[in-house]
Amino acid sequence: MKPTSHAFSNNAHRALHDKTLQQALAKAGVGFVDKRRAAIDGLPEFQALRQAGKRIKDHTLANLDHYLLRFEAQVQASGGQVHWAETPEQACVAVLDICRNANAKMVAKGKSMVGEEIAVNDALEAAGFEVVETDLGEYIIQIAHEPPSHIIAPAVHKTRGQIAELFEKLHHQPGLTRPLETVPQIVDEARQVLREKFLASDVGITGANFLIAETGSTVIVTNEGNGDLSATLPRVHIVLASIEKVVPNLEDAAVLLRLLARSATGQEITSYTTFFTGPRRADDPDGPEQFHVVLVDNGRSRMLGGDYHEMLRCIRCGACLNHCPVYSAVGGHAYGWVYPGPMGAVLTPLMVGLQEGRPLPNASTLCGRCEEVCPMSIPLPRMLREHRRQEFARRLTPPRARWALAAWAYFARRPELYRQASRIAIKLLNLLAGGNGRFRSMLFAQAWTAARDLPAPQGDTFMAQWKQRRKP
Amino acid sequence: MSDSRAAILARLSKSLAHEAAAEAPEIVQRIEAHVRGPQPQWEASPRERFLNKLEKVVGTWAEVASKENIAQAVADYLAAQNLAKSLAVAPHPLLDSVDWPAGFRAERRRAVGEDRVSLAVAFCAIAETGSLVLLAGPDSPTTLNFLPDDFLCVLPTNRIVPRMEDAWALLREERGTMPRATNIVTGPSRTADVEQTIHLGAHGPRRLHVLLLQGGA
Repeated sequence: MKPTSHAFSNNAHRALHDKTLQQALAKAGVGFVDKRRAAIDGLPEFQALRQAGKRIKDHTLANLDHYLLRFEAQVQASGGQVHWAETPEQACVAVLDICRNANAKMVAKGKSMVGEEIAVNDALEAAGFEVVETDLGEYIIQIAHEPPSHIIAPAVHKTRGQIAELFEKLHHQPGLTRPLETVPQIVDEARQVLREKFLASDVGITGANFLIAETGSTVIVTNEGNGDLSATLPRVHIVLASIEKVVPNLEDAAVLLRLLARSATGQEITSYTTFFTGPRRADDPDGPEQFHVVLVDNGRSRMLGGDYHEMLRCIRCGACLNHCPVYSAVGGHAYGWVYPGPMGAVLTPLMVGLQEGRPLPNASTLCGRCEEVCPMSIPLPRMLREHRRQEFARRLTPPRARWALAAWAYFARRPELYRQASRIAIKLLNLLAGGNGRFRSMLFAQAWTAARDLPAPQGDTFMAQWKQRRKP
Repeated sequence: MSDSRAAILARLSKSLAHEAAAEAPEIVQRIEAHVRGPQPQWEASPRERFLNKLEKVVGTWAEVASKENIAQAVADYLAAQNLAKSLAVAPHPLLDSVDWPAGFRAERRRAVGEDRVSLAVAFCAIAETGSLVLLAGPDSPTTLNFLPDDFLCVLPTNRIVPRMEDAWALLREERGTMPRATNIVTGPSRTADVEQTIHLGAHGPRRLHVLLLQGGA
């Protein structure tokens, strides 16, 4: 998809005034936070697991080339094929080639954020394949022609009424009407429609939560079972995975799985956790005849060892979204690309460019809640600041903000001047406030005063007060 | 595509300042050590813990005294759910001697779209999370675990291990290699994609019923 991250400010404005969206967000936010809290309180070993998980990822990243080669060798040993893609375009070409070689018509897709990242659906449709998203949330946004607004709950912004309306429009032939009011009715409707698609698909595409170097397995966690049906019924199974998903062995996966479900949905484990290893064996009664893994880089190998290295530990649980005051207020679409929230504000500028993604690292109060809840202890606020620093260094900051920052920096580096200027500014502002102690509106600060008063500074500068108090 | 492989690996190796090798001793050792992370602790026996966790995820269960009673346990379940006496049954040796009563249509095969009920045998179960572990193979078609509305699974009580790591140890000891699919199944299929409201039976089974077989297989 074409990113609209540059328009974050407008996007956010629209989102804040969208009543339906605000209703949906209010419903979702508290649920995720409470469920995660309860799940973590129920596991005294959580902090120890968190440290162990971080060590696993740090070790794997420090040997990422070795582990990828090992993983590749093991996939091949189990009868599968590995395709390497540096760019989204290469990844899509790899997928299209596999589909063409298999004479495929219909593709069933399990949820994959890398799939969103490389826009594989667009590529498949442009090449004439029918693609059906099978995760209920992904299916809803596919038929609504929208991108996901949350990395684990893609249709979190949609209300029941909106979903029923979409289904009504798309599924219902004249004369054939099933009621579509309650949640069970809506889910059953999707189950019936998608069941036909699963059975008719030639290729199944899923993502991967982990890749196991030891065995060449790819792991997915789902609750619906759609990923498993996508990987079992069609003749060909394609796994889309980014290169940082690899971990050494099955024991490491056990540690990370305990962290993932709790951080994401507050479950101890999802309904289905599946390890796929190669295509069906000679005596297997079911399963795909071909097993392909497309390893996607898309800038990750450049992140390794750099300022954003630690972002490669991310296991895509979504906890940072659920706990972010900005995400909770504007939802995922305002971020304008595939990954929203704090993790998205770090990744988007790296994947679509800082020029396009510039507003995202600035749309944060740096309150630090994201880092606090991150099961991988990723220093998200530090990386948001790093983006801001590079934005300034590369002169991408708008001129007015640059001048203001440069002026502030000039004074900040000259303490005596800074104090004098502050003193004058305090007096001046107090005078202008006219004894009110606050401003109802102020030039250059309308963004603030449009919604609230700006308090006028009180008393003297901090340094002056400090000196005053130290006097005996 | 091999160019991208070389380019990606070259960038990684340069950044890590070593030469990429699938057999690098530091990773081979690390993989083969099978070191476990922090292990969650609890008081209950594996059986108690498993059943408790299974109930928490809305799985149901019934005790079966011996192999000879499996058919009766299945019949009881179908009657209670008001389901037709027709099911797809895993070609698993444990189920070879099951004597289906008259009027039962029990076919030993993979599942198809029309199947309402299936019966399989778990490789083992994980007490920590109340999960069943099923290994794809001639005796355990994966479609049985996902296509029907009601999934019935036989679990011999001596196959309940404490944690996922114990399941891996058992898998390595008894099988040596990973099957095409290793399914860790915890309760029936569910979704919360419509207004965060949990609904059972999204795409997979609406109900999961465990037949707890006393003693061994």
